[in-house]
Amino acid sequence: MRFAVSLLSILGIASVVGTVLKQNEPYENYIIKFGQFWFGLFEQLGLYDVYHSSWFLVILLFLIVSTSLCVYRNGPLMIKEWRTFKEHASEKSLNAFSHQATFDMTSGLNVTKQQLMQFLQAKGFQYKSVVHADGGELIAAKAGTHQRWGYIFTHTAMVIILLGGVLDGNLPFKVQEMLGHKRIETLDIPESQVPEASRLSTSNPSFRANMTLPEGTSDHVAFVRVRDGYLVQELPFTVALKDFRIEHYATGQPKSFESDLVIIDPDLKEPITKTISVNHPLLYKGIAIYQSDFQDGGTALDFNVWNLFAPDNQPQPLAGAIFGKGTLGEGDDALTVEYNDFRKFNIINMSPDGKGKPHNVGPNITYKLRDNKGQAIEYVTYMQPMQIDGKHYFVAGMRQTVQDEFRYLRIPIDDELSINGFMNFRAIMLDAAKYPEIARKIARNSLDVGKDPAVVKQFENSVVQLLTIFAQGGYSQVAQIIEKNVPEKEREVVASTYIKMVRVAAYEAYNMGLAANKKPLLVSDAKTEALLRDSLNSFSDMFFYGSPYFLQLEQFEHKEASGLQLTKSPGQKWVYLGSVLLVLGIFSMMYIRERRIWLLLKPDANQVLFAMASNRKNLDFEQEFNVYREQLKGLLT
Amino acid sequence: MNSNSPDYQQKTLLQRLNWQDWLYALVLAAGAVFAYTRYAQYMDIYEVGFLFGATAVFSYLGWQWKRLSILVLGIGAVSVFSINLYQGEQARATQVFLLKYLISSQSAIMWMNVLFVLAMATYWFALYKRSEFTGKVATALTWSATLFGFVGLMVRWYESYLIAPDVGHIPISNLYEVFVLFCLITALLYLHYEQRLNTKQLGGFVLLVVNAAVGFILWYTFDRQAHNIQPLVPALQSYWMKIHVPANFVGYGAFSLAAMVASAYLLANKGVLASRLPELDVLDDLMYKSIAVGFAFFTIATILGAMWAAEAWGGYWSWDPKETWALIVWLNYAAWLHLRMVKGFRGPVLAWWALIGLIVTTFAFLGVNMFLSGLHSYGTL
Ligand code: HEM
Repeated sequence: MRFAVSLLSILGIASVVGTVLKQNEPYENYIIKFGQFWFGLFEQLGLYDVYHSSWFLVILLFLIVSTSLCVYRNGPLMIKEWRTFKEHASEKSLNAFSHQATFDMTSGLNVTKQQLMQFLQAKGFQYKSVVHADGGELIAAKAGTHQRWGYIFTHTAMVIILLGGVLDGNLPFKVQEMLGHKRIETLDIPESQVPEASRLSTSNPSFRANMTLPEGTSDHVAFVRVRDGYLVQELPFTVALKDFRIEHYATGQPKSFESDLVIIDPDLKEPITKTISVNHPLLYKGIAIYQSDFQDGGTALDFNVWNLFAPDNQPQPLAGAIFGKGTLGEGDDALTVEYNDFRKFNIINMSPDGKGKPHNVGPNITYKLRDNKGQAIEYVTYMQPMQIDGKHYFVAGMRQTVQDEFRYLRIPIDDELSINGFMNFRAIMLDAAKYPEIARKIARNSLDVGKDPAVVKQFENSVVQLLTIFAQGGYSQVAQIIEKNVPEKEREVVASTYIKMVRVAAYEAYNMGLAANKKPLLVSDAKTEALLRDSLNSFSDMFFYGSPYFLQLEQFEHKEASGLQLTKSPGQKWVYLGSVLLVLGIFSMMYIRERRIWLLLKPDANQVLFAMASNRKNLDFEQEFNVYREQLKGLLT
Repeated sequence: MNSNSPDYQQKTLLQRLNWQDWLYALVLAAGAVFAYTRYAQYMDIYEVGFLFGATAVFSYLGWQWKRLSILVLGIGAVSVFSINLYQGEQARATQVFLLKYLISSQSAIMWMNVLFVLAMATYWFALYKRSEFTGKVATALTWSATLFGFVGLMVRWYESYLIAPDVGHIPISNLYEVFVLFCLITALLYLHYEQRLNTKQLGGFVLLVVNAAVGFILWYTFDRQAHNIQPLVPALQSYWMKIHVPANFVGYGAFSLAAMVASAYLLANKGVLASRLPELDVLDDLMYKSIAVGFAFFTIATILGAMWAAEAWGGYWSWDPKETWALIVWLNYAAWLHLRMVKGFRGPVLAWWALIGLIVTTFAFLGVNMFLSGLHSYGTL
């Protein structure tokens, strides 16, 4: 018994471990988190998959054995208690009861006996009477002894549930792994090359495996994730995905995920077609197929690639597909593009305080740019301009490692809602050949400069110089130069002059870009101010973008892949059976109250001895005893 | 000799029913039929089953506990009245006087909060003054709070369909809604025992835990705008939710009740308030009964959850943190019951255990959502 409670506690604590430490993460995450030493130790202890570790299994087995033994030992006792009326109780033992009373018998023995039996019947007691040698008679009664089955039901139920659970666990694989027949595959190789030792045949009694099917494809294997590797589970049929759909609420949140599946099996005259969705799986040949998640299935992508630092402003087309690769640039500077993910809908809460409603900001794409040393930077780009603080921007984020947050480049849109305005502006700002013209324009429009050619020349030179510096690294470059060359006291004044001058230059540059494309020019107003401020910020941020390439998604052809989960769990019906038993057992244990009554009729003394007992002494019993005592008293006297 | 009219005869339930009881059941049945004819298009076969099943369950409960039947009728009447005031337009919630200040879903829930706070204060005052009348006022306040809370939920249910028919769902789908449910169930369980044991001294204790939940609701409403109705994620679109969640909350409510009784027990055991509180035996018994009820419902809820998981996630048990913590809570109370029933433990040890059990339960209920991530998709803070 103490053992049982201890086991329950240990099971509880073991379970806690598995919830505190995130289970089944990729192993590198654990290494980063714990360091090599602790990582190794925790791995030995099986802490990354507690619920499938050997020691956890051992606890469960202990529980099964000890509970079985408990039922084996107490079960017969309980059945005996359930059956017996305990009609052999002696007067002496009845007298020793804590709940007893003696009444005078005013009627004859038989009449009294009749009355008492009616009483017991009315109260729902079953009874049995025995005549004693001295002429007395004992009526032994019981009610609610079905409670005793509660014990048997609950505890048998626990054994059945646990056995069912073990049946659905991966015990067969664990044994084969220990014997060296099977091992997990940790390499990312094509399924057909996975060796026999890492494959599970169709006769595997239970499994829980995953399958990712792009639209229009089919497969007859699924993957079982085990620790940091996987096993290939062969299926007795082929699953094909015709179509995958996501439906959305008006707010953009997903409403349903559905897959149109086709089951192809030589045993079938016709393939089965069925649509599955979350909460509505398909069952075939003992294998249940669930809609579990979805991902991209190789969406085709068309980009415009801008080289941010090249003064020519013609974007280059680039085509690719998710999970595919591409190349940007040439020679040693060439970068590999790895297209990782495409999302058609992105529900983001864009309000500054986070209290507004989330809404859909349209498609985005995640990709990595990898240099020839293998270093990669991850990027995310949104296809459509996003509204931030009332203005629209093209937004692209970058980060060096998965742990970092994305840092975003925000490029303001032009009047035609396109990126071209900024790109033209950027081209002119980078083109040293354009600086003298910008400088001349500023000088002409500026009242402060005056007409003295020498002063004008000097002014123009300083503008050209400033633009040259700005083109090398934006504001931060300018700040560095100031810090190097200007005494501390004057820095603020100089900086604000420079900023003002860059602003004015930007105005001219932007307009030159517009003029070259025969677009209407900017007018001096607050909106233009904001546009120029944003454009200059983007220009400055460009230098922190990590690569010269800005990929702008032009078009896509969406292809999705449905994430299916396939399970075979022969233990499930046992678990359910056990559950029903468990509920029955608990209710009978707690809501059926076992009570026993003995009525000893003593014709010699003309008395009736009333005794009552229960295996659970609680208040209900006290009350019931008091009521019965009063009622019997009324009945008999 | 009174064998001709034995007064010990117990009447069966059916014999005890009078015409009011039958009328009550009839009204419920009529309501269910009305709801069915009106909303059948939104229900699947299981939900139709639940609708009529609920009618039977509430008839039975109302027969057993008359005050509950009055509450049920009150909830029905006020909810229907409120829904009529909406006239199918959500905007009227803030335009019509009665809705805006009394019985729109949001206002009704606010009234519930206010009434629970008042009720707690009144219970403590009654305990302090040993005033029977004040105690009655406290009871009345608690009943009103549950009335408003349930009306709030019923109207919220209706409101969710006003947003869009496909958004509509039973309001037990996120943390905000289940907290309201928790307050209501805990209060009802308490009221039941209050009447059964004929003691009002425990109200202040039990309402402590209810008002902790009220505090959470207020914070969640004002700081996080959690009262806004959100559509259901696909995993929650299941009839299972309609039974799994309430069963769970009967469990949580009963465990909380037990813990608060345990705290009263511990105080009385130390002599604090002992003259005002019920006998230790009574407290001990109530603690046991409450845990027994909680345990039974929690078992059912966990099993229902497993069955739901088998349908939604592809396995009846995935060791998802919420699941695992439900198991831990269950094991905890299983151990508690073992000690009491098998070893015959009584007294302070078990009371302490029941109190600490509340911490474990709270973690399963709230902490998991806050600190651990998993498959359970409702209610992140
Ligand atoms: C899988 C682990 C176990 C679980 C989940 C479990 C659960 C339970 C539950 C729920 C109760 C009923 C409490 C009540 O009626 O309120 C109970 C009672 C009991 N358990 Fe266990 N139990 C387990 C293992 C054991 C073991 C190993 C023993 C053997 C010593 C045992 C002996 C008992 C006894 C003697 C009772 C009381 C029966 C009665 O008085 O009617 N249990 N158990």
